[in-house]
Amino acid sequence: MTLNEVVHVLEGELVCCAEKDSMEITGVCASDLMSDVLAFGTAGSLLITGLTNAQSVNTAEVADVVAIAYARGKRPADSVLLLAEEKGMPVILCGLSLYEACGRLYEHGLVSGSEIREPQ
Amino acid sequence: MSDDPEIMLRERFSIQGGDFGRAGRVSTTIKSMLKQIGFPAPLIRRVAIATYEAEINVVVYADRADVTFEVTPTVIRVILEDEGRGIADLDLAMQEGYSTATDEIREMGFGAGMGLPNIKRNADDLEITSEVGVGTTVRITVLAGE
Repeated sequence: MTLNEVVHVLEGELVCCAEKDSMEITGVCASDLMSDVLAFGTAGSLLITGLTNAQSVNTAEVADVVAIAYARGKRPADSVLLLAEEKGMPVILCGLSLYEACGRLYEHGLVSGSEIREPQ
Repeated sequence: MSDDPEIMLRERFSIQGGDFGRAGRVSTTIKSMLKQIGFPAPLIRRVAIATYEAEINVVVYADRADVTFEVTPTVIRVILEDEGRGIADLDLAMQEGYSTATDEIREMGFGAGMGLPNIKRNADDLEITSEVGVGTTVRITVLAGE
């Protein structure tokens, strides 16, 4: 699915790096816990999160996440959006809950961008 | 630090404890440098994740740290030597889920006791030495030749 299609499915708005709207998204990783994104996220994924600070952008860059969608109508501070722009990280703003955002993308065929792990 | 004669690149950085606004700068810089050298993306990702978790730990728990980043034809090393409170029980700190984090740290998306286990998972070798009240040294080694 392209980034543009993701924006459409999420009824969102692409507010950073709009020139990358044809980029291919291969999976989704959803979490507010950045250590989980680092531990279990897979490269090439879209990160859906409600965490809007600078560490969401840094984590995405470090983990080879290719775009971020902020759920629940949250909007990061301008400094965070600027950081994303500098790093070439597309940002989607959407009003859906994390659950709804994930559900819609799954329904449209996007698979998990996280490793499966048995309960410890 | 090492006196390895094979060193192709050595850079030093410093991290200030409590500087949440700049947390991640060292690891993303190291990631860019490794990209420029041309290492494979999965290898770079492992170094970046391990370094980022270690950098967050310094910002959260230590007063400051010196970071040495070294590249040889066979290994990538990141050594973080911090001044700070140290780790009282290393075995406990290595356990997934164990954390002494505050709410402020949890609001950043960390503090779930995943940091050291994440570093270990991504490193080929991890050495941690610590003295309570003095500081902690973390040596992350990732094999470059594989």
